[in-house]
Amino acid sequence: MDALDFLETPISTGTTIMAVEFEGGVVIGADSRTSAGSFVANRVTDKLTRITDHIYCCRSGSAADTQAIADIVAYSLDYHENQTGQPATVLEAASEFRNFCYNYRSSLLAAMIVAGWDEKLGGQVYSVPLGGMLVREACAIGGSGSSYIYGFVKEHYKPNMPLEDCVEFVKKAVKHAIFRDTASGGVVRIGILTREGFERRLFFNTESGESVVQNTLELKVE
Amino acid sequence: MSNGYDLSASQFSPEGRVFQVEYAAKAVERSGTSIGLRGGDGVVLAVEKLVNSPLFENDSGRRIFTVDTNIGMAVAGLTADGYALADIARQEAANHRQQFGSPITVNHMCERISAYMHAYTLFGSARPFGVSITLGGWDEIFGAQLFKIEPSGKSFGYFACASGKGEQQAKTEMEKYKFVDMPLENLVQSAGRIIQLAHNEAKDKGFCFEMGLVGKDTAGLHCINPEPWLSLAVQAGLEALHEEDEDSDD
Repeated sequence: MDALDFLETPISTGTTIMAVEFEGGVVIGADSRTSAGSFVANRVTDKLTRITDHIYCCRSGSAADTQAIADIVAYSLDYHENQTGQPATVLEAASEFRNFCYNYRSSLLAAMIVAGWDEKLGGQVYSVPLGGMLVREACAIGGSGSSYIYGFVKEHYKPNMPLEDCVEFVKKAVKHAIFRDTASGGVVRIGILTREGFERRLFFNTESGESVVQNTLELKVE
Repeated sequence: MSNGYDLSASQFSPEGRVFQVEYAAKAVERSGTSIGLRGGDGVVLAVEKLVNSPLFENDSGRRIFTVDTNIGMAVAGLTADGYALADIARQEAANHRQQFGSPITVNHMCERISAYMHAYTLFGSARPFGVSITLGGWDEIFGAQLFKIEPSGKSFGYFACASGKGEQQAKTEMEKYKFVDMPLENLVQSAGRIIQLAHNEAKDKGFCFEMGLVGKDTAGLHCINPEPWLSLAVQAGLEALHEEDEDSDD
């Protein structure tokens, strides 16, 4: 029935996600909008999801599907780490994602970017798009907003950038995508993965990236 | 002694023994010797293949298998059981590659096979495997690795290990050397020597030497009976035999 259509609209992370390899690790980035049709269900979403301490994934597509897949892969990898006594490698995580996304391809709407650091190969970024392909890329973009920044990325990406340049590049790219894509919005969440672990950064839609709202409590996430 | 408590693996004896598992170990003791040696940059697996008849082709009755590109497996005991386990090991290696996109590590493979063999010691409807499995592998990160799995499913990591008829003889010989830093050539010669010395010519007429080798010098690939190392090993064995003969002249 027309009036109750909103109950049927799938909740999607119409999104912009991105990951870039650099010397010593990876930088991942995403917007923070979860949409159900034209309704913004969550404007502060965290699309950078932990798989292990050194491996994160960027989620785009159906929110339910990607959350479920990330949970299952995280569980499986945890068990694997326990069995082998070794931290999981990024390729192992990406392979698990791929196998799942490929075998259930007809039921799923999930496009992920798996990124992290491991002792064997250092920083790595793997793209697992809709059909369940697996490919390593030094710079990967995904989600509905990515269409608007292919040109920007091609022009401004350089291999092996230093950390701060990488962060600046990812921040700008996601910001540009948010500007033009209605399904992307909110803040720019950045994550940095290195040997030392995971570090988060948050950028608002202001010139500097800092918040201009006064009298707010700052919540520190350890 | 066993008095009816040895009919199935699902029964403990009053002393807390599982006789079926112990009997499986006896099957291993009756087989031709198999050894594994872990060196500086490689692992050697060697087998005393007892040949009953000159009608057999040279490479038949194989007891050493390649279960992954860089992992080899030697079998002592009921060879047919060994064949089945080699296939299980190959499946484990392949499944791991499929699931995780990377090769299985030797210690992980050892745990998987141990668990598999152990499962067969739990039920009355099946018998345990009558084999001891020696796993040898090499990779860039962990270097040379050697494991032995017993019919009970128990496994250990080794510098050097032996199973089968000549186990005691082989171990006595092994304890004389330090294999950990040995270069591949010396390792191979030691293997030839030890197998020869463990062989009892009086009880078993004639044997065929079979060898598996993996290390830096084989580019990380497990090879069965590769030259020039095979000849080195066989030669070292013959020399050891002559030493023995010389000693007995007194």
